[in-house]
Amino acid sequence: MDHNLSQDFIHGRIGTPVKRLDAVEKAGGYAKYIADMDFGTVLFSRLIRSTKSRARLVNVSIPPLPEGYYYISRKDIPEGGENRLHMITDDWRVFAEDEVRYIGETIGLLVGPDKSLLLKLESMIEIEYEESIPAFTIDESLNLKGGSIYGDDNLFADYHLQKGAGNIDSVFSGSSRIIEDEICTGFQEHVYMETQGMVGFFEDGKYVITASCQCPFYMRKAVAGVLAVDLDKIVVRQAVTGGAFGGKEHFPDVIAGPLVVALHVIKKPIQIIFDRKEDISFTAKRHPSRIRFKTALDENNKIVGMDIDIAINAGAYQSCSHIVLQRAVFSINSVYDIPNVRIRGRAVATNTFPSDAFRGFGAPQGIFACEMHMSHIARDIGIDDVAFKKYYFTVTGGLTVTNGTIHEDVKLPEMLDKILKASDYERKNLEYGKGNGRAISMSFYNHGGGFTGDGEKEIIKAKVRLKKHSNNQVSIYIANVEMGQGFQTTCSKVAAKVLGIPLADILYETPDTSISANSGPTVASRSMMIVGKLVQTAAEKLLVDWASDSEHTVEVDYVQPDGVEWDGNNFQGDAYPAYGWGICAVEVVVDPITHEVDTEGVWTVHDVGIPIDDLIVHGQVHGGVIQSLGYGSLEKLEIRNGAFYQNTLADYIIPTTMDFPSIHSDLVENPYEHGPFGAKGLGELVFDGAAAAYAAAVQKAIDKKISRIPVNPEYILSLRRK
Amino acid sequence: MQEITFTLNGKIITVTENPSSRLLDILREKLGLTAVKEGCGEGECGACSVLKDGKLVNSCIVPIGAVQGVDIVTLEGIRDTEEGKCIIDSFAESGAVQCGFCTPGMVMASAALLRTTPKPNEYQIREALSGNLCRCTGYNMLITGIQLAAKRGEGIW
Repeated sequence: MDHNLSQDFIHGRIGTPVKRLDAVEKAGGYAKYIADMDFGTVLFSRLIRSTKSRARLVNVSIPPLPEGYYYISRKDIPEGGENRLHMITDDWRVFAEDEVRYIGETIGLLVGPDKSLLLKLESMIEIEYEESIPAFTIDESLNLKGGSIYGDDNLFADYHLQKGAGNIDSVFSGSSRIIEDEICTGFQEHVYMETQGMVGFFEDGKYVITASCQCPFYMRKAVAGVLAVDLDKIVVRQAVTGGAFGGKEHFPDVIAGPLVVALHVIKKPIQIIFDRKEDISFTAKRHPSRIRFKTALDENNKIVGMDIDIAINAGAYQSCSHIVLQRAVFSINSVYDIPNVRIRGRAVATNTFPSDAFRGFGAPQGIFACEMHMSHIARDIGIDDVAFKKYYFTVTGGLTVTNGTIHEDVKLPEMLDKILKASDYERKNLEYGKGNGRAISMSFYNHGGGFTGDGEKEIIKAKVRLKKHSNNQVSIYIANVEMGQGFQTTCSKVAAKVLGIPLADILYETPDTSISANSGPTVASRSMMIVGKLVQTAAEKLLVDWASDSEHTVEVDYVQPDGVEWDGNNFQGDAYPAYGWGICAVEVVVDPITHEVDTEGVWTVHDVGIPIDDLIVHGQVHGGVIQSLGYGSLEKLEIRNGAFYQNTLADYIIPTTMDFPSIHSDLVENPYEHGPFGAKGLGELVFDGAAAAYAAAVQKAIDKKISRIPVNPEYILSLRRK
Repeated sequence: MQEITFTLNGKIITVTENPSSRLLDILREKLGLTAVKEGCGEGECGACSVLKDGKLVNSCIVPIGAVQGVDIVTLEGIRDTEEGKCIIDSFAESGAVQCGFCTPGMVMASAALLRTTPKPNEYQIREALSGNLCRCTGYNMLITGIQLAAKRGEGIW
């Protein structure tokens, strides 16, 4: 790794690493996260939550409260305000009404000055329920167990797509062999190291929320309707955010709703910070999935068609589950160009905690299922999985499952060459064979950058503002947050390079809805590719009229590149303008007695366009891959009696330093013409594939089909006993 | 309530507290030492790591009553020293810092390691950090950060 951390990027390669702008402040413990900030005297609070999965709320009995203590409920929502959070869908309530739909649903908020007295008062609240039969799993939901939760079929979304104009049924009836498969993935908890937290207070007649969050403008929109006030009456400021991974995209809205109602009533600063057990028990998770394939082969064992049924567990409210489902659907053929594909995708309502955004946003489930299914076909026809998959690699001009076109240069063959060499794959694969307790395998994946289709143009409409100060420093006013991914540094580098000024003269202004331009949410691998490009364009404009020692502001709006065609009603055309691409190889040894797996090596090659900072990009690769390996191996999260059974860090296990070796990470450069200096999306791509590479390696080592994650010793034992 | 006297970042202090209160809460809320983070509250994540008589401990599971007469060092006590600066700068230059919430604990774990093992190998580094969780970095760059600190800081531990 190059440790030359100078300003060389201004005149040389932009990827030349710099010292992250926030590194010393954080490593030295100077950075103030929400729990470290001083808001003067604050009131503390406890969310009062449902302890039943599905019930009518009969009565909530509150003990007499001492002076200065408050119980806030939906009755406190001001006239004209709605008991609805305006998220992607506005079905998630601020407070439960006559019924509760999941364990953890907010019923009220208890507020007061003393934390221990609050806990005592909380224990004295008595809630009377009239329970009915809940549905927790995808099957229970589809069978309408206990009666429907949503509509008359429990389907928040039900999509039907077909690739190609052929008759799928006749493709299947004319085929020589049909291979069927069912692949499942479970819940995953984000485990951002800093739990959810925010503080609300009044300032100049406005409701101010300072929060650990990814999307300040989302939060403003989510709660303004609750109070029936104009958007500018709500100010959301981002605090230093200790990790998010999608868990601080929409979920903070669920805390902000009760908080603003309490603020409206009490008019004093109020803090809500979750402890870890609350955070694991009562926040949104990655959607579990169950994906079924029927694949038709011809007499030469060539795939001639696929029929795919995708179902994801959305939980009790829809929130963004239909968009997550879209990503899962669009990712279901991973990097392969397969003919004659029919897809049904459903997001089902259950009585579990609502599932929501998590790095990858549906793609990890789709890609895991596709990769495992492809490896199962390879096993069934007796071909090595890598050789089999390679045959179906898409190419420039290749067709996607939405009948769109891959526009960019696809570098998969070059990437495969690199990883074959780096991992010594062919020698090892031959030597280890199958079922001998040691094996190496690979996964292939891609991830579309930005919002689906024309979402950037039609929904987000990003704006970016740059201001040149009279001292020749330049401020960047955008809504995209620094949450650990390094965006403060990389977007500042983009501006500094265009303007040819030192990084120290670029001021990334912390997102605040009262001053930032609304460049959209920090999600969907869009920050650098979309917003970074706007920063570049704005800096170029600023340069044209650059006059020393005078002030000057420019604002630019997103313009969709030509050539991207999308029909959002029928999901036809180019779902994404460009993709990041990845290959991950994993080598494992499986203990014959304990069934524990030692990971001996992890290799990756990624195409992220042009890296804006080598160190930050490799850091994203390492972190995303380890998080994905955790998903694939350790992170078991079950629902028992409607609640998350693993709810502390002692029993929800994430990777430590002892679980996986250092990752060999390599890149190919492949400039994207509409990205800043050629950059594409990255943050989610690096999560999408490693779980499948791990599962495929264990599959080869034990010579048994693996169809679900996490691949833990108990699962391996059950397969070996078959 | 009980009077408890201990050394904190080189100064002897006395606090009057319920002896079962968590050291973490006293450090953060009473003494304003917010470099010490609360990540889990049950001794699993290491974000609240401090040195107790030179050994790495999780301050969330240490009752204040147990620190009578001992030496406690937090990140605030080492960040301006030669060794603290060496670790912090090495982390910054190695890409070891992402969201930063685990990093103060990681700096403390590194200091505890380098004081006893100034030239650690990769396995020793991994063992020394095994009680500190990080969800962002995958640990690679924390390890190279400690290797850089060990190289640069030869003789200062």
